[in-house]
Amino acid sequence: MSPPVVSVSRVSKHFDSVMAVDDISFDVRSQSTTALLGGNGAGKTTTLSMLLGLLLPTSGSISIFDTDMLRDRYRVLPRVNFSSPYVDLPRRLTVRENLTVYARLYGIIDIAGRLKALGEDLQIGRFFNRPYGQLSAGEKTRVVLAKALLNEPELMLLDEPTASLDPDTADYVRGMLEAYRKRTGTTILLASHNMSEVERLCDDVIMLRTGKVVDRGTPAQLLTRYGRQNMEEVFIDIARERKLDRVLGDQQVVKK
Amino acid sequence: MSLMAHDHTGFIPSLRRIYALVLRHTYLLRSSGPRILELMYWPTVQMILWGFITMFLINHSSWIAQASGVLLSAVLLWDVLFRGQLGVSLVFMEEMWSRNLGHLFVSPLRPFELGCALLTMSLIRTLIGVGGAALIAIPLFHFSIFDLGLPLLAFFVNLLVMGWSIGLLVSGVVLRYGLGAESFAWIAIFAVQPISGVYYPIATLPEWLQYIAAILPSSHVFEGMRAVLFDHVFRGDLLLHAALLNVVFLTAGFLSFLRFFKIARVRGQLLHVGE
Repeated sequence: MSPPVVSVSRVSKHFDSVMAVDDISFDVRSQSTTALLGGNGAGKTTTLSMLLGLLLPTSGSISIFDTDMLRDRYRVLPRVNFSSPYVDLPRRLTVRENLTVYARLYGIIDIAGRLKALGEDLQIGRFFNRPYGQLSAGEKTRVVLAKALLNEPELMLLDEPTASLDPDTADYVRGMLEAYRKRTGTTILLASHNMSEVERLCDDVIMLRTGKVVDRGTPAQLLTRYGRQNMEEVFIDIARERKLDRVLGDQQVVKK
Repeated sequence: MSLMAHDHTGFIPSLRRIYALVLRHTYLLRSSGPRILELMYWPTVQMILWGFITMFLINHSSWIAQASGVLLSAVLLWDVLFRGQLGVSLVFMEEMWSRNLGHLFVSPLRPFELGCALLTMSLIRTLIGVGGAALIAIPLFHFSIFDLGLPLLAFFVNLLVMGWSIGLLVSGVVLRYGLGAESFAWIAIFAVQPISGVYYPIATLPEWLQYIAAILPSSHVFEGMRAVLFDHVFRGDLLLHAALLNVVFLTAGFLSFLRFFKIARVRGQLLHVGE
């Protein structure tokens, strides 16, 4: 069995007196799509930031592709990419200029060919010459996704990839991610509030609450465990700490 | 065939990433005429102001009459220092304003490479801004700073490097304390202006301030400039002092920037950039 792509061991992060992430451990299997779920302030973005090295954990270790991210992140970063609503691209640069800059940062050899392919895949070719800041939210999301796919990453970390998108665009993005994973076998770790997205895309779910991992399983396992019809109800149960007795009695629960 | 160049840790890919970031800011610069005009605006206004002051003082001051270009040279060289610092700080803040730091730092770009790109952009911006003003001074006041000859290059390089050093420090401070500290970028350099002897000899300062002036590369440069203009000699000793001090300044600038970057990673400021 291949080693996990991501291995998080006893990671904590506190900001002064606030414990944002509290002693979490989990692995992400190769070629899986794993969701980090939790309410606002549960620690999803903090966890993703630590995985990427944008944020240093207070304690614990993080390994990606069997490489210590706290020591050797620059060996890993060319194989990884990410998107997040908390970061943006330069608004005055055109889409082509933005993607060209990042293509060079990632050392893409055939930049024109790669941009052409992404333009077709994500249907963004027609606004390549428009400033990024003039695009609609849906168009921007596709451009950011193109940036996240530039280096054909083996691991994608996506923070709320369909946040603030209309249902049609969100569906398009999900379809794109599904197709990309199927074609390349990439591993995806995403943070989301959208439960239908999680049910559609993910084969593994890690539930966070107040910085702790409180449950984990496939969407089907979680639905059975909580006796619910959909992931939204499971999410609410966990967020509101309902059915805690049943949860704590389950062997598959990660106790912290 | 691999999509990417293989070596991501060697020297050549590092140059490629620096170039990528320089390209990003060149795109920005070339797309906006007002930005280029703005670069030239203040150096030109300063040059015109001091040009007229010089014309007046030539007839009223024996000191100025001995070297009519001393004030204009000082103004233009001071702007090299100021624009050099501002070039680094503003280009860095451009990344913060566009909330782009998160994307940059999950790419293979290293903080040191970002620093090198900032310095390159600062050089380009300074050449446009001060170079433009220097060229306008030729027909306007029949004054060419290029008459300083090779010493001009030595002065330019030393002042630019000192500006870079302060710019790196300022960028680190803004990263650490957020965009609320951005006014620091505009005012920091003026703390060293009075003791740099831009418009008067260092001997004018009180003795205790002269000791402080001695640790600034800029004070040696401006003393050297006056030696060329008044005495027609190039003081190699002053240049050497300035260069050695600049090695210390630039090292300190980079180290402080890297230190503030580390603090930003501890405090989570790369993702949540703002006020």
